This record gives sequence, structure tokens and C-alpha cells, in this order.
Amino acid sequence: MNNFDYARATDVADAVRRIAADANARFVAGGTNLVDLIKEGVARPSRLIDITHLPLDRVEDAADGGLRIGALVRNSDLAWHPQIEARYPLLASALLAGASAQLRNMATTGGNLLQRTRCFYFYDTTTPCNKREPGSGCSARDGVNRMHAILGASEHCIAVHPSDMCVALAALEARVLATGPEGDRSIPFAEFHRLPGDRPEIDTTLRADEIITAVELPAKCFAKNYSYLKVRDRLSYAFALVSVAAALDLDGGSIKEARLALGGVAHKPWRNRAAEDALTGAPATRESFARAADVLLREARGYGHNDFKIDLARRAIVRALTQAAAGTPQSQADKRIR
Amino acid sequence: MTATSILGKPTSRIDGRAKVTGAAKYAAEHNVPELAHGFVVTSAIAKGRIAQIDMADALAVDGVIAVFTHSNRPKMAASHEKYSDDVAPAGKPFRPLYDDRICFSFQPIALVVAEEPEIARFAASLLHIDYEQEPHETDFEKQRDHAFVFKGDGENHSHKRGKADKAFADAPVKVAAEYRMEVEHHNPMEMFGATAVWEGDGRITVHDKTQGPVNCRDYLANVFGMKADELRVLNPYVGGAFGSGLRPQYELPLAVLAARALKRSVRVTLTRQQMFGLGYRAGNIQSLKLGAERDGRLTSFAHEFIGMTSQFEAFQRTCVAWSSQLYKCANTDLVQKLVRLDQNSPCDMRAPGGCEGVYAIECAMDELSYAANIDPLELRLVNYSDRDQMEDKPYSSKELRECYRQAAERFGWSKRNPRPRSMKDGHELVGWGMASGIWEAMQLEASARAVLGANGSLEIASATADIGPGTYTMMAQLGAELMGVPLDNVTVKLGDSDLPQAPVEGGSFTTASVGSAIAAACRAVQKDLLRVAQKAAGSPLKGAKFADVEFADGRIRRKDGGAEVSFADAMRAGKLDRIEKEASAAPNDKSKFAHYTHSAIFAEVKIDEELGVIRVTRVVNAVAAGRILNPKIAGSQILGAIVGGIGMALHEETLTDHRFGRFMVHNLADYHVPVNADVHGIEVIFVDEQDDEINPLGVKGVGEIGIVGTAAAIANAIYHATGKRVRDLPITIDKVMRA
Repeated sequence: MNNFDYARATDVADAVRRIAADANARFVAGGTNLVDLIKEGVARPSRLIDITHLPLDRVEDAADGGLRIGALVRNSDLAWHPQIEARYPLLASALLAGASAQLRNMATTGGNLLQRTRCFYFYDTTTPCNKREPGSGCSARDGVNRMHAILGASEHCIAVHPSDMCVALAALEARVLATGPEGDRSIPFAEFHRLPGDRPEIDTTLRADEIITAVELPAKCFAKNYSYLKVRDRLSYAFALVSVAAALDLDGGSIKEARLALGGVAHKPWRNRAAEDALTGAPATRESFARAADVLLREARGYGHNDFKIDLARRAIVRALTQAAAGTPQSQADKRIR
Repeated sequence: MTATSILGKPTSRIDGRAKVTGAAKYAAEHNVPELAHGFVVTSAIAKGRIAQIDMADALAVDGVIAVFTHSNRPKMAASHEKYSDDVAPAGKPFRPLYDDRICFSFQPIALVVAEEPEIARFAASLLHIDYEQEPHETDFEKQRDHAFVFKGDGENHSHKRGKADKAFADAPVKVAAEYRMEVEHHNPMEMFGATAVWEGDGRITVHDKTQGPVNCRDYLANVFGMKADELRVLNPYVGGAFGSGLRPQYELPLAVLAARALKRSVRVTLTRQQMFGLGYRAGNIQSLKLGAERDGRLTSFAHEFIGMTSQFEAFQRTCVAWSSQLYKCANTDLVQKLVRLDQNSPCDMRAPGGCEGVYAIECAMDELSYAANIDPLELRLVNYSDRDQMEDKPYSSKELRECYRQAAERFGWSKRNPRPRSMKDGHELVGWGMASGIWEAMQLEASARAVLGANGSLEIASATADIGPGTYTMMAQLGAELMGVPLDNVTVKLGDSDLPQAPVEGGSFTTASVGSAIAAACRAVQKDLLRVAQKAAGSPLKGAKFADVEFADGRIRRKDGGAEVSFADAMRAGKLDRIEKEASAAPNDKSKFAHYTHSAIFAEVKIDEELGVIRVTRVVNAVAAGRILNPKIAGSQILGAIVGGIGMALHEETLTDHRFGRFMVHNLADYHVPVNADVHGIEVIFVDEQDDEINPLGVKGVGEIGIVGTAAAIANAIYHATGKRVRDLPITIDKVMRA
């Protein structure tokens, strides 16, 4: 843990001004991830800019019929928000699959987007890690990699993004609203998180001087046929080995539109248009689901300990789509898998 | 002893309110004036030496008081023996900050002391440490061929009867299998910490997280060349330990070292991450070969256990003997071996040895039941042993048959379809499995004090600890019952090295050991009380012998009826305001009997086979542990231990990266223990078991028996559900998918 300064931002413009003035400053809201990282010497911010007093804690209707979620809305408030429960149950379910009630009470929407990987080596400053210390090497590739990526990894990093909420947001095609010195911009969710490539230290396309102000959900909400299925090493309070956000728009027995996003498998919530296209127009059957899974996992590869995740992902995709099609989404309270 | 109104009643913890309101203070919560804070720096490498530690940047931080390393530390004892303790295994105990040698990753190598804990932690990150690294070996599997039998601890860990090889070759029914367990860490809620209070005259009082204040005091006296009366170690409240606090851990000597050097009070607390550098349950490989007749009767039992230890100590516990206590078999070949690795020594973790050995034994018995086509429970009964074949002794009591019967009935075992994969609940496979449990019923020498006040108050005191099992309450109940006063009149003092000496709290021996000492102390008080009562003019108790009276409800009463004298009147007559007695009790070393607790565990699992997800939906555990003094807190011990058993079966493992020689799991997000969602219906049954031989109280102890066999019952249920035998713990999703 290093010495750092602390400042409280008075409004969004003030927050942007402060972050732009100090390359080593970081925003802090719920602190559920950042404080851990500071304590372990992984993050060494020169300054913490407390944004918890900014007026970004509301869920509001958006002009296009969607919903706008303030960046400071707590995960627990969001999961139990009547609009989210009624219209975007996929998001509510993903939120409740994540962390513990205590953590969800603290964690914010914007912070959830920016949480960092749980790779063992990223957290242990005595070991090489390109994400923590660029150029030092990736220890996980030939190390303890049970939790690691099977898709989109690079020789420099096989870490995964740990969020559940983001997997649902990816499936729902949310947008991330950010404000920086040059004004506001809206980032499609698929473009928000990035793959590691040769710069694994950079998790997202958010610029260093920008602040997330909101997440926008489009009007299309898949409230009828959806499921969030999370498979993990214990029945609650564990990061996903594989999670699947499945959403279907059905026309009788056939699929009009499909959304499929995976968590725990890549450096970002993983979506594959080809897999979704394979479902579009197909009958909502196990065979179609298996075919889509094959398409999605065509490029998958394991690194030893995590080889099993390829097969697990295939099975989880089929199950989640089956649950979605049947209108029997996975319950996050009852741990029996439907 | 006869049934009473106080013992045997489900009584809530007398320290419960203090604990839930925060009034109970733990080791790192004692604030004293001028307290300085130490933060430990640990080794990044597994083997080698410290070439140099540059502390200039750390010392330059405002608020840093000192940095202690091997090169500038105050004088400490040189010989390894001085660092030994009551629970130390054979070998050369680790000497913290002693020299430049690195023996394991996470080894403490420096202590930064500052005015605030955050400053100490920050400054600690500024130490520049140069290592001279040497090749290390932490890969257990790779070293397996170098396993050796260690006899230096004087324990007999190997045993042969008859001709196991030949009997196995001739057996019509056979099972041969290999089982594995990963390293586990205890992870008690309370972090290790010590607050060393500088008393100004050279004396030091330490609030430490430990299971044994006397053990810690003696250790400190040896390490620092201090007199025992210059040291006092306190641990009245302990937030769990599971064995990790049996030996003095390094926060203790480091806090005292700094306090003595700085002549001020110092607190050292470890982080959760650093606690993965303490002892652990050793990973192990167990090979079993069982031969039997067609009717299931065992003819051969071979069990080889390979455990891991450090380069400097040989830690091992009884792992292979248990089959000779559970099952009749004429031909056995039991052997324990060790592999030396460049890591810290393992240490005791709940039911050390038994937990590991019985896991493999009870899974192999399950495999044998299928090979012989006999119900698993029936197989246990066919082979039931009324003698401990290791010592060739009968048991002082063994109600294991009744455990099997009651647990099976409650569980509904008779409705089990024996065929694997035959039982379903919707799309989930249902599995029912069972196992036996066994643990030693030990007693050690201990002492206690009883002080009876003129107002009927009773204070019980002993230097043992209450690490969470409810020792305060048990001791209060015993004192109230034995002295004959209401429970509310009793106060209990524990966790203080100045109190009458007692061993560490562990091994399930505290109630038997300290309880027996309390019984002796109470009896001594009562003898005095009777004497003064008889001195009063016209005493109705005149002429009564001790055996002629009973002590109850604050009165001495003639057993033949009629005459009685209140404690208050007796003390008034004797002009006494208190009667104080200290007494010791020791076990009967010449006993012709073997002393064990037993259990039968039945578990139900429901498995989503496609996804490999396992739910332990039901556990019934029937325990025979002598007299149960308090079914509520004893039941909680079993419940907690079963949850530990679920963790052992499904979750707990500390993965190692052998390139770094380092445990890579070191926080509670990655080290999985069962959470509420993983724990469903658990039912605990205490089977009546009278044991007049074991000790006058008839108690055996219940701290450990609940975890023994639980993982085996779950593993056996998983086999019954899926028809797949996963022999490596923990049974994670990937293993179910792969099987």
C-alpha cells in the first residue's frame, strides 16, 4: 500500500479536471476492487478521487425507450430495481449471480465495468505479469491457469474479465456513456472492453481522462426468453468458470433473434456474431444450440488446467439456451440448475 | 456421574453476548498507549539466501521507527531447540529473522515498525531485497519416489500383521486404488496478530492469537532468554484456529522482539495472504489394497500414506492406523512415508491424520462394497472390530454399531437403490454414500483453580484457551454441577498463561483434561467446606464423611436425608470469605483400554451431471463420544466440522506454482470454503455412550470427530450418483466431467 492523496469531486466536470491533471490518479466509488489492489501493491495510485457524491445514482427512462443507469447505482439497488426486474431480468439475474450481498451493496455500475482480473499472478507482486508489469511475462500461460481464458487470449496474457453484470450488458447491447475533456461519448458495449493483444495492461477503451457517467440499455430487453447461467467452484460467491447470458426472441418454435455472451472465458465478455447468426432462423432445439456452441468455441484453446472449460462452456451454452427457450431462466436463489 | 439439571442440557454460550456485541477483544484489538505497529515482509523465493536488504527508502518514510532483519535484530537464542514448543514435530524448528537462509516462500524476512499500521505497510513495500536464489523443489508428485519412512519422532506409524501380500493375492474380491488430497489451509476468521505490551520494567504482556498461552510463554522465554514470570501471554478470545494456532506463529516473537528493542508496545498482525505462509494440511497420496472373502470379510488391508513435510522438520500424524481400529483383519501392511519439500512445515489441521487417512480407508471400503456386491453399511458391520488391533486392546466404549443404526434409520438408508446412477430427482442424479469416523479420545495432564465465595459465587480458572468450541460454557457447567451452585453464579477465566497450567486447546482433549482438573479442584473446595461446616456448634453434619454428603443448590446435604447446611452458613461458621483450591488431573496411563470416539456419516448429493455441479443436500452424522455435557454447543462442533468436511470434499485446495515454489492461492476469494449455498440439511445425533473407565466425567471430546469421514461419505455418494469414482480431493467440476 502506498501513500496517496485523497480528493472529493464536486461534479462531473470537476472529476474530469482532476483525473486529467494527474496520470496516476484513480477514481474511487465502491472500492470493492481498487482497495484490495492498493493493499496488495498491485495498484499504486498517487491520488484517489472520490466520486461517490456525484449525482450519478439514478435509473431513468431513456429517450429511445431504453433505460439509463447512472454509473454510481449500486449493484444491489440495480438488481432489485423494479424496472430492471420487470424489463431486464437478464441483467438482474447476472447481478445477483455476482459476488456477495455485502459486496453488491458497495459495488457500483461503473466500477463493475472497470474491475480487474482475478488472475493469481496479477495479484501476487512477486511473480511476473504483463498486465501488472508490462514486459515482465505471463506466468499463467504455463502456470496455475484453471480460471483462465479459452478465447481471445494472447501470448502476453490469458487473464479473464471477472464480471457477471458485464456479460448481461454485452448480450443486451448496452452502451457506456463517458465524459472527458473533449466532451461526452457513447461507447458500444462490444467496444468497451478489449482483448489483451500485446497491451494486456489496458483493459478497456476508456481513456485515462474520462469518467463513466452511465450505462444505457436499449429498448429491446428479452424479458421473456432469457437465462443467466453461471458455473463456478462453489454454489455462490465464486468467480465464474464459465457463465452464459442467453437471450432469445422466439417466433413459435423458431428463433427470430438470439444473443449469446459468455463470462469467465476471455479478457472481455465474449460475444460471437457468427454463433448468434447460426441461431437466427433456426428451430429452438438442442441441436441448434449445440451448433451455435460449436461455432462460438471453434477458436477456443486451453492452457492445461483450464482445458475442461471448453467442454464446460459448450454444455453451459446449450443449457442456458435451453432454459431461455423454455422460459425457465436459471434462478440465482435456488442453486439447483434448471 | 448421574444425570443432572445442568449437564447434558442444551445451554447457550455464556460468552455469546460478549462476542456478538464486540465486548470480547481479540489479540489485535487491545489498544495501549504509545502502540507501534509492525508489518512483516515475506520472502518472494522458496530457497536461497538474502544477499542484501536495502532499507534506506523505508527508513526515510515519516513515521517509520525501525526495520528489523536478520542482520540487525536483537539477540535471540541460537539453537533450534530453543524454538521448539509443546506441539513441535521432530526436527529443527524455524527461527524467524535468525539468519539469511530462505527455507520457504512467504518466510518472514523483515519487520517494519512504524507509528501507524498503514505507514508500516507502505514502508514495507519500499524495502529492496536482493536474493541469491537456489534451485528449489516443491513438486510432491515429482519427489514421490524419494519418500522415506521417518522414525525420529518415536511414534510407530507403520504396522504389519500376518501376510498382507499373500492374502491379497489369494483374495477372491480385491480393490486397489490411489487417493490424493491437495494442500489445505486453515483460514480461521481471525487473522494472526500479537500485541506485545511493554510494561516498563522489562516485563512483557502479549495478547496473541494462539491455542496455547502457556506454550507461547515458554517459547518466548526460551527464544529471548527471559524468565517465565517476566512474560504473560493472554488469549481469552480466539477467532477460530483449527490447529493453525497450536504452535507459536511468527507474529508472536516478532512483536516481542520489537517491543524489547524499542522499549515500547508493538503490535504485529498478519494479512490473510501472509497466513498462507503458515502451516497447512499436507497434501498426500494414499495407496490402498484391500482383499476380502466373497462375503466381504477383509483378509488383507494394505495402506501406504505419503505425506509432505519441510526440509527442517518431519511433520506427520497417525494416518494409516485407523483401519486396524475400525475393521477386523488378520493381514495388514500399513506404512507412512514423507517427502521433503522446500516449503514451510505442515501443521495440525482439524483431526490431523485421521481426517486424511480415514478419507482413503472409507472410500476404499466403499469400492470394496461394490466389488463384493454388499451394501456399504453391511460391509462395515461384517468387519466390525471390538478390539484396537494396533494395541490389541478392547475399547473403553464403542457405540459405533448404534451410530450406524441410528444414522441409517434417520437417513432412510434402507430405501437406497444400491445400483449407481439408479436414483434421480428430475434431471439430477442422486447419490447416497456413507462412511465411518473415528478419532482419539485423549486426555492430557492439566490443572485448574476453583474459588468459592461466601455469596455462593464460583470462579473457575485454567490456562487453556477457548478457540471457539464453547470451552467457557462447558467449564461453567462443570463447575456449577460439581460444586452444586447455579450456573449463573459461575465465572470462568481462561486464556492467560498466569492461570493454573494447562495444555494447548486442541486434539479434542480439553473437556476431558481441564474438566477433570476442575472436578478435582471442586472436590478439594468441597472437602474444606464440609470440614468448616462440621466445626460449627451443633452442626447437623457432624460425623458425616465426604461420601455421606452431597453438594447441590448451594447446600451440603446428608445423603441419608434430613440434615443440611448452606454453603453460606458453613463459611460464616468458619469465618471464611472464600475457599480457593488448585488441582491437577492426569490420564490413567496404565489403562487396559483403547479410547476413541466414533461416528457414522451418511450423505446425499444431487448432481447436474452435464455441468458437473454437485450439491450436498443432506448429511446425517451420528456420533458416539461418551457423555455429552452440552448437546447445543457439542452439536455446533459437529455441524461446523461437517461443513469443513464438505469443503474438504468439494472445495478446499491451495494450488502451487512449482516454478516459483509458491502457493498461488492466498485469499478467501480464491481459497474456497463452503458458503451458505453449499450447506443444506445437516443432522447431528449423539448416541448414548456410557464410559466409566475413560475418566470420572465420562467425557471424550467432540472437536474433531465431525470432520473425520465426512469427505469420504460425500465422495462415496458422488460415486453412487454418477458411477464415476473420483479419488482426488477436492472433487471439482473438471474432475466430475473428466471421470
